[in-house]
Amino acid sequence: MLTFVLKRVGAGILLLFGVSTVTFALIYAGGADIAAQLVGDDGDRAAVAAKAAELGLDQPLVVQYWRWLTHAVTGDLGESWYTSQPVLPTLFDRLAVTLSIVVVALVVVTLASVTIGIVAAVRRGWVDRMLQTTSVIGLAIPNFWAALILVMTFAIALGWFPATGYVPFGESPNLWAASVVLPVVALCLAPISATAQQVRSAVMGVLEQDYVRTLRARGLSRRRVLWGHVLRNAAPPGLTVLSLQFIGMVGGAVIIERIFAINGMGSLAVDATLKSDIPVVVGVMVLMTVVVVLVNLVIDIVNGLINPKAAVSA
Amino acid sequence: MSEQTITTSPAIGQSVARQGAFRRMLANPMGLTALVVLGVIILVAAFGPLLLWNDPGHARLDQVNSSPNAGYLLGGDSAGRDILSRLVAGSRITVLGGVVSAAVAAVIGVSFGLAAGYKGRSFDLTVGWISDLVMVLPSTIVLVAMFTVTGPNAVLVMLILGVMLAPSFFRLTRSLVVQVRGNLYVDAAKVSALPDTRIVGRHILAVIRGPLILHFVLMTSVSIILQAGFQFIGLGDPNVPTWGSMLQDAFRSIYLSDTAFVWPGLAIAVTVMALLLVGNALRDALDDVDPKAHQARKRAAAAAKAQRSTVPARPLSGAILQVDDLVVGYDQADGEIKKVVDGVSFELNAGEVVGLVGESGSGKTQTALSILKLLPTGGRVVEGRICLEGQDLGGLDEDAMTAIRGVRVAYVPQEPMSNLDPTAKIGTQLAEPIRVRLKVSRKEAAERALSLLEQVNIKDPQRVFDSYPHEISGGMAQRVLIAGAVSCDPDVIIADEPTTALDVTVQAEILDILRNLQGQRNLAVLLVTHNFGVVADLCDRVVVMQKGKVAETGDVRRIFAEPEHPYTRTLMAAMLDGRPSRRERTEVTA
Repeated sequence: MLTFVLKRVGAGILLLFGVSTVTFALIYAGGADIAAQLVGDDGDRAAVAAKAAELGLDQPLVVQYWRWLTHAVTGDLGESWYTSQPVLPTLFDRLAVTLSIVVVALVVVTLASVTIGIVAAVRRGWVDRMLQTTSVIGLAIPNFWAALILVMTFAIALGWFPATGYVPFGESPNLWAASVVLPVVALCLAPISATAQQVRSAVMGVLEQDYVRTLRARGLSRRRVLWGHVLRNAAPPGLTVLSLQFIGMVGGAVIIERIFAINGMGSLAVDATLKSDIPVVVGVMVLMTVVVVLVNLVIDIVNGLINPKAAVSA
Repeated sequence: MSEQTITTSPAIGQSVARQGAFRRMLANPMGLTALVVLGVIILVAAFGPLLLWNDPGHARLDQVNSSPNAGYLLGGDSAGRDILSRLVAGSRITVLGGVVSAAVAAVIGVSFGLAAGYKGRSFDLTVGWISDLVMVLPSTIVLVAMFTVTGPNAVLVMLILGVMLAPSFFRLTRSLVVQVRGNLYVDAAKVSALPDTRIVGRHILAVIRGPLILHFVLMTSVSIILQAGFQFIGLGDPNVPTWGSMLQDAFRSIYLSDTAFVWPGLAIAVTVMALLLVGNALRDALDDVDPKAHQARKRAAAAAKAQRSTVPARPLSGAILQVDDLVVGYDQADGEIKKVVDGVSFELNAGEVVGLVGESGSGKTQTALSILKLLPTGGRVVEGRICLEGQDLGGLDEDAMTAIRGVRVAYVPQEPMSNLDPTAKIGTQLAEPIRVRLKVSRKEAAERALSLLEQVNIKDPQRVFDSYPHEISGGMAQRVLIAGAVSCDPDVIIADEPTTALDVTVQAEILDILRNLQGQRNLAVLLVTHNFGVVADLCDRVVVMQKGKVAETGDVRRIFAEPEHPYTRTLMAAMLDGRPSRRERTEVTA
């Protein structure tokens, strides 16, 4: 198990290195233009050169990257070119906001899709047919359109929830809850549809296994076999889907945050990219990769605990 | 979004099944409707912009945020431009974006997938690793970050998204190729020295194209949504009308116009829904699922229910298990019932071993499973009666059957490895039914399980008890399954080819164990086998089955001495030749 975890951590670090290198290379390659953009339209050539020199943009890409990397490993991702704030603390503040929405969404997706998927797989019949129909609709409605419909209905027309804004949990748990309901619902629809389908087919696949029949032949009830054996075996594919959904929802949050005027990672990324605030953009990519690596690591470990064979063969 | 999660069932049917796939899809009303809708959308995207009566870029001050009216049928946007014209104009880039991204993903993913799946080894490992890396990154964030480089360039966004989606194509293609690679016709093509490119193109790609087309349809819908989201947050090309940017505009003036946000969203949803439904219809057509099968099955079941009560009951003999005129059938899509067991009758007395013999497909396993009421989905007892100690099992519900299974009738399966839950320790799986059915404590159940392992000649019971199924051998697993079958003191054991999957040397030991347990506990055993050597070894009487019917029944000595039915003679001639006698086999293992 320990070697398994170490291997995964190693792969994660390699991924982090790869992503940061590619991102850095692609984005900093246009460095000179950026200096011009920063100085503004009326800036003369000397001012642009001075700005480029100040930011180190006049040096070869490799040198710039080395400087960035040696700082990055100590946790220093540089400063924003616009606000001069250090990047990492800003990122953490914004990440907390985004995660507080995405994690709630993940819990909702997990509970809903696992329940629906299991019921559809076990009962089949009308439950299953309804899942098939509604999941097509759920997948077809883009989350930003769902968010607009929700805002129009529940915020503007009915006034049940605030249309925009985010209240930190620490300030007021009640207001926080009210402020995340609509974003979470908008974010959840498609992932629930997709995950419920996957859970359904995973459970159905396990139900057809020989050992399920054998356990039932020993006098274990259908229910007992389902809870004690089937779900355990169906968990790995389910968890894998959930981890992909989590990543998908972090991406989805970028868009949802714009609609609800929530200052999370997504808003930060969009603002920074529109202003070419490159240290922030690179920082966002790096931090997102860290989150992805951590989530996958947790999923892998849980899978390894559930299925002893997975840990050996991985 | 959920780009990687809409995975497909890799339906590699036979080529025969595929020929009619498109026609079957058209026969599915939902699929046909979706295909027509999709066709209309593509036509609009292709020719709509040429026919527009209002210039989508023309702004009229009197139409700013206007409601639907005669001039602007769907109203005007925040700049006073015609929403309908912009919808039509925007369809082109939206549809094109979806198709181009999916195509880029397909070209990259399929070509690497073909190479990796066909060649394997280090290339496979390397590409697989890179694909995993790309796959885990959230596409939206990558697109946003890359905007710094790309700027508002729709084509570059399509290409980058295509690269981001390629891994899902790679994975699918690779796994399909690996499934097909081992097929005989591929070997045949290799032997006849065809160049690799030709084998891959003609013999592999042709077979796996169905699931790939399906995946292409799904990825198109995914990339339409992702690109619309990208345009919605203002990172699209401001000069080109798209459904995403229209939604952005509608969102900005959401307090001024409450219908403008409906249309572009609806356009996206309808397009994506049409794609998904076409995908579903395609999947069903490839899997050869008849959309009407459900109703047919319902009708058949209802008809069977009415029919079943009319079967005349035969007088009960004193047998512990009595099977009368058993018919087991599977409901077909066309409402017909495919009978796999057709009018089988036999008896099993206490302490007796009866061999149920026949070649594969003769219905012997189906007969055995119907006694336990554990037939696979779709199968059921259509006619006839199964009585356990005089009690008709036909009328019992699932709970009553659960109470009987294991305690009165137990089951030894054929394939040892697949019949143990891979995620649970042997001891847990063995002790759980004892604890539940005999209502004993956890500790007592564990002790009983250990002693059972000892009874099936396992040298180190504690070690096996603490092992997972993948840590023990097949012969060991079969002993565990036999121990499991006798764990709740049943009267009847149904053993379905208990030695077929094992090595010859292990077979003899397993038969010895079964014989000993049968003798000690005076068990009635129904031994399903195709092997007359096993029959000679263990059985008192034999029931020979052929094509779902009983060919011959009789005492084992009589059957061996003078088989009446020509089929029995054929079976014996085929199976006895060259088999070592029991004595020889025991000597080998001793």
